[in-house]
Amino acid sequence: MTNLVEISNLNFGYGSRLVLKGINLTVPKGSLVAIMGLSGCGKTTLLRLIGGQLQARDGSVTVAGHHLNDMNQDELYALRRRLGMLFQFGALFTDLSVYDNVAFQMREHTRLPESVIRDLTLMKLNAVGLRGVQSLMPSEMSGGMARRVALARATALDPELILYDEPFAGLDPISLGVIGQLIRRLNDALGATSVLVTHDVQESLKIVDYVYFVSEGVIVAQGTPDQIRASTLPFVHQFIWGEADGPMPFHYPSRTMSDDLGLKEV
Amino acid sequence: MALEATLRGIRLVGDKTLRIVERVGATAVFLGLTVMHSATSFRRFDLVIREIFYAGVQSLIIILVSGLFVGMVLGLQGHETLQNYGSEQSVGVLVALSLVRELGPVVAALLFASRAGSAITAEIGLMKATEQLSAMEMMAINPIARVVAPRFWGGVISMPLLAMLFSAMGIIGGYLVAVVLIGVDDGAFWSQMQAAVDFRHDIVNGIIKSLVFGIAVCAIATFEGFEAPPTAEGVSGATTRTVVSSSLAILALDLVLTAFMLKGWN
Amino acid sequence: MARSTLNLWVGIFVLLGFFSFLMLGFKVGNLSAGGSSSTYTVIAHFDNIGQLKERAPVRSAGVLVGRVKSVSFDPVHYNAEVQMAIDSKYHFPKDTSASVLTSGILGEQYIGLDAGGDDKMLKDGDEIKLVQGAVVLERLIGQFLFNKAQDGGADKGVQK
Repeated sequence: MTNLVEISNLNFGYGSRLVLKGINLTVPKGSLVAIMGLSGCGKTTLLRLIGGQLQARDGSVTVAGHHLNDMNQDELYALRRRLGMLFQFGALFTDLSVYDNVAFQMREHTRLPESVIRDLTLMKLNAVGLRGVQSLMPSEMSGGMARRVALARATALDPELILYDEPFAGLDPISLGVIGQLIRRLNDALGATSVLVTHDVQESLKIVDYVYFVSEGVIVAQGTPDQIRASTLPFVHQFIWGEADGPMPFHYPSRTMSDDLGLKEV
Repeated sequence: MALEATLRGIRLVGDKTLRIVERVGATAVFLGLTVMHSATSFRRFDLVIREIFYAGVQSLIIILVSGLFVGMVLGLQGHETLQNYGSEQSVGVLVALSLVRELGPVVAALLFASRAGSAITAEIGLMKATEQLSAMEMMAINPIARVVAPRFWGGVISMPLLAMLFSAMGIIGGYLVAVVLIGVDDGAFWSQMQAAVDFRHDIVNGIIKSLVFGIAVCAIATFEGFEAPPTAEGVSGATTRTVVSSSLAILALDLVLTAFMLKGWN
Repeated sequence: MARSTLNLWVGIFVLLGFFSFLMLGFKVGNLSAGGSSSTYTVIAHFDNIGQLKERAPVRSAGVLVGRVKSVSFDPVHYNAEVQMAIDSKYHFPKDTSASVLTSGILGEQYIGLDAGGDDKMLKDGDEIKLVQGAVVLERLIGQFLFNKAQDGGADKGVQK
């Protein structure tokens, strides 16, 4: 099995602050891989590096055999046509209807006649169970429905690689389950490969094939969902069972309490 | 101590100046980028027509009504002053020249900046804040070509039309007050106006002015929207900056253009 | 909004703009008088042009036939060189005379052309030789007094 995404010895930072340090990561073709970690640990940054929206400082990011570091804008755009991405809150185009949102890429990138676009769009909407809302505007839908429409839009051109940025954020438990199942089903039905960035442990462990744990810019653990559940690493244990204190301290690093309150030992 | 304070003051002036120059430069670069990526707008002109609707047609009411009132006030004030010299018939000349040369292009552009410019900034800023621009980039569609350029050209095309409508409406307003209400001779009103207003030097120059103002307002509006920090305060701040910077730019450019036009650059 | 409604509104907007352009050009401006049609340039040197400015009218028999294109000082002859753009519809004989006149008592100054009888016509770049500069009030009064004094002297001489 070949790898669709390969990241080796990747360093990335904003200014002098390194956000990602020595990341090594592979995503085999056809698999669904999750990148988990706390908010602000660099997961989304990692996803943007795979999508080519950010450039690695050192190391390499390879997607479908192309090194992203030495690609120009046109080559990058050509590669992105084979990619689909679901943004954190859907990022639907608010000035277009649901139908036009899903049809957007087909109209921009292909010269298909409108009747074919119509059929394809309705099929994509049907796959997420929302053929009935095609004429609504994004503002008229609930968050869960908007996320499903965004999913239909991300898969509109049958991408080889689908990137998900926090697909479960801000959803009720039912929508959460629906989205989780859709992600798995779409991945298998399209023969695509998916990378999922999330902090929702329980839902993602149900659907993914492999998990990477990122903490403070480094990969601290990896494995299949079963291996992760059985992990004895304190950090992973704390993360999965949502304990308040542990290796990830409750207190943000600071001066000692007595210093802050001006209490001096005499 | 006093030296220290003076130095700090001077440094502040320097810092502010540099920031303004930097902003003007960045806007100019952005304008260049927009023009470079304008092919899509002209290949798919329906995108621009849509923006002409939002920028031009929706500014129509405010432009027409303001034009009428400004013309009426000019008629009243002009008549009041001119009758002291026994030349009430020249009120047509006064109304027409003030409108065609100055008030038409300038006031229409100021109204356009606050009505359409702020809307463009807010819309692009919100699209950025909700990751719609990022989503577009991930779909291999350049947001400058697809979102910015049509809005820019829609505004640039609307601006001279609005300025001419403002002037025409103002002259009708002046006519209503001077001829219909006060009773200045109808023939003298128009014939003196025609003898004094030159097509090339007054009307065409007015249109050139409004075109330049349109380019300035639209460049500022799209730039501020595109560079707005992706937060609520960021977008509201950018909207305010659009109105303030555009108004200043319009008045400063008007001075430069008027100076050139009076001296004659051809 | 439906595509067709949107197009309709934009169409109305563009047409309105076009009509206002026509109104500005023909009703407000001088486009109907052929203001932007082609012109040819003739030159005239005046010893004094008074308050004549660029874009002042050039009239013949009271009709507007052109405009002053430029006014400059001629450093060779020490007088004023005036270039006039005359509408190509109108042709004037070579011996036409030009004078700087004033409309009304305090009105603006313009150039009046009086056609001569020559067969040849003025062409682009030609010079009008017969000129009459602006009347300067002080000189006029001075001349009047001088003449009066001379006339008075002559009359007395005859009577003696």
